[in-house]
Amino acid sequence: MHPIFSRRAWLVTYLTAAGVGAALLALLLRAAGALSWPAAVELAGPLALLYAFVCLTPWYLCRMLPLGATHPAKVAVEHLGSAVLATGLWVVAAQLLGRIFDASAGAQAVTPYLSAVGLLLYSLSVALHYMLLAMRASREAAIQARDAELRALKAQVNPHFLFNSLNSIAALAVKDPPQARQMCILLSDFLRRTLGLGEKASISWEEEIQLVGAYLDIERIRFGARLQVEMQIDGACGQCQVPPLLLQPLVENAVKHGIATMVDGGTIRVNSRLEEGLLQVFVENGYDAEAPAPRRQGLGLRNVRNRLETSFGSAARLTIHTEDNVYRTEMILPCQTGR
Amino acid sequence: MPNGALKPSEKLRVAIVDDEPLARQLLREYLDADGRVEVAAECANGFEAVKAITEHQPDLVFLDIQMPKLDGFEVLELIDPGVAVIFVTAYDQYAMRAFEARAVDYLLKPFGEERLWKALDRARERLAEGQPAGAFPASRAELAAAARPPDQRLERVVVRDGAKVHIVPVAKLDYVEAQDDYVCLHSEKKRYLKQQTISALESQLDPRHFVRIHRSYLVRLETIARIEPYSKDSRVVVLTDGTQLPVSRAGHARLKELLGEAG
Repeated sequence: MHPIFSRRAWLVTYLTAAGVGAALLALLLRAAGALSWPAAVELAGPLALLYAFVCLTPWYLCRMLPLGATHPAKVAVEHLGSAVLATGLWVVAAQLLGRIFDASAGAQAVTPYLSAVGLLLYSLSVALHYMLLAMRASREAAIQARDAELRALKAQVNPHFLFNSLNSIAALAVKDPPQARQMCILLSDFLRRTLGLGEKASISWEEEIQLVGAYLDIERIRFGARLQVEMQIDGACGQCQVPPLLLQPLVENAVKHGIATMVDGGTIRVNSRLEEGLLQVFVENGYDAEAPAPRRQGLGLRNVRNRLETSFGSAARLTIHTEDNVYRTEMILPCQTGR
Repeated sequence: MPNGALKPSEKLRVAIVDDEPLARQLLREYLDADGRVEVAAECANGFEAVKAITEHQPDLVFLDIQMPKLDGFEVLELIDPGVAVIFVTAYDQYAMRAFEARAVDYLLKPFGEERLWKALDRARERLAEGQPAGAFPASRAELAAAARPPDQRLERVVVRDGAKVHIVPVAKLDYVEAQDDYVCLHSEKKRYLKQQTISALESQLDPRHFVRIHRSYLVRLETIARIEPYSKDSRVVVLTDGTQLPVSRAGHARLKELLGEAG
C-alpha cells in the first residue's frame, strides 16, 4: 500500500490537492478553446481524480529502482516508459469521457495539452516519490544508529579497563596472591553484573550502586593510593528503578579523565539522595587543567544524556560544572518505584 | 651513552615508565629475571620520565601511553632519538602511530615473559646497529609529527629545556620563528627553543589559526594587529605587542586569503 493511505489526514490533503488540480485542469481545457465550460468541468473532474491515483503508482516503481543502485539509463527508460503509458491512459480516458459527455471533438482537440500536462505531472510525481524515499531512509538510518549505540553501550565493558585489570592480576599473582585472588573475584563480580544488563530496561538504583562499587574497588587496586573514594548514598534511593549504567559511565569518566591525569591522584565523591520524588546524584573529581582535552570524553556522557532523555524526557537532566580544578557531574531524574 | 652501538656482552640499561605501580612492578619482575638487563629508573608520569631519561641516559625505555602530565608520544618527542622505545599499553589503537615514530616494539597488556624477551631481542638488534648517520630524521619531534593523524590538530607544544619540560598551549602561542633545525616559540613574552623544523610544526597546527607569513615565521592570526608597508614592495606584520615580523610575497597572499575569509 502507498503510505498516503496509512493516514486519513494525508489522503484528505491529497484529494483536496486533486480537487484544486481539477479546477486548474478545467481552466486549461476551457482555455484551449474547443470545449464549453460545462464540458470542460465534466471532463476535468473525473480526469483529475483518475490521474491523482495514477500519480501514486511511481511509489512502487521508485522502490524497485533505487537511485544510485540502479543504472541511470535504466531508471530513465523505465520511468519514461511508464510516464508515456500513464499519459496514454489519461488521453484515452479523456476520449471516452468526451463520448459519454457528448464532446468527442473537443476532447480530441485537447489531446496535446493533456499529453503535456500528463507527462509533467507524472515526472513531478516520480521526483517527489524519490524525495519521500530518501527522507524515509535517512529517518530509518538515524533510528537504527541510535538503537545500535544504545545496545552497544548497555552491553559495554570498556576493553581497556578489562586488560588493565588483567595486567594488575598478572602483577599480583606472584607478589601478593591473596590480593590477586581478590581482584579476580571483584572483576568477575563486575563482569557478571554488567553482562546481564544488555537485556534489562531498568535496574534498581541499589544494583547500579553495587556495580559502581565493584568497579571502583578494582580501580583502587590498580591506582593504589592515587584513587580515594567517598560514597554517600541515601538508603531511600535504593528502590528507584532506573535505566542501567547511568552512574557507572560518569564514575569511569571521573577515573579516566580525572584521577588518571593527576600525578598524585585525588578523590572521587559520589553522592545520591532522594528529594521530592527526584533522584539527585552528583559525581565530583579533581583533574589536571593542563591536560589536553580528552577527545572521546563526550561519548559516554552523551549516551547517558540520550538515555535519560529517552526514558524521562525533560523530567531528567544532566549538567556539568567545572570550578577550581573540580569536575562535577550532576544528574537529576524521577524516582520510579515498583513495577 | 645511548648513541654508541651496544655490544652483545653489555648490560641493557632500561627505564620503566608507567603510572600504575602494579604495572611497573610486573615489568620489573620480568626484567630482573634477565641477567643482561639493569633497571636504571622507574617513573610514574611524563615529566619524571623526561627528567630521568635525560639524566640516566638509558638504552631502552618501556613507555606507557596514557599518563599524567605528558602522554607517551609527547615523552618520545622530547627524548634523545638514540634511545630505543618499547610502548607498553592496554590500547591497541596506537600501534600504527608507534611504529611510525620508530618504536622498537608495542606490547599489549597483559603480556607474558616470552613476548617481552622477543621485544628485548629486537631492542638489542636495533641498538647494536647503533645510529648510522642519517638514519633518523632531524628529531623525534619530526617523527611524532609524521605519526600524528592528520585530522588531529595539536593542542599544545611540549618543549624540553635540559631536564625540565614546558607545555605551551597552542592557544597561547603568539608566533614561531625558524632557527636552523630549531624553532623558537614565542608565547606570553617567553621564548622556548625546540628541535623541530618550522614546516613540521606548521603541518600540525590548525591552518585556520596559524599562517606562514614568511619562510622563517609562523604567526597566530589573532595576534596580528595590522599589516604595514615596509619598503616599496615589502610588508611587515605588527603584532598586538608591537613586534614587527617580515612578510614574504607568498606569505602576504596567504594572509590576504585568510583575512578575506574571516571578513
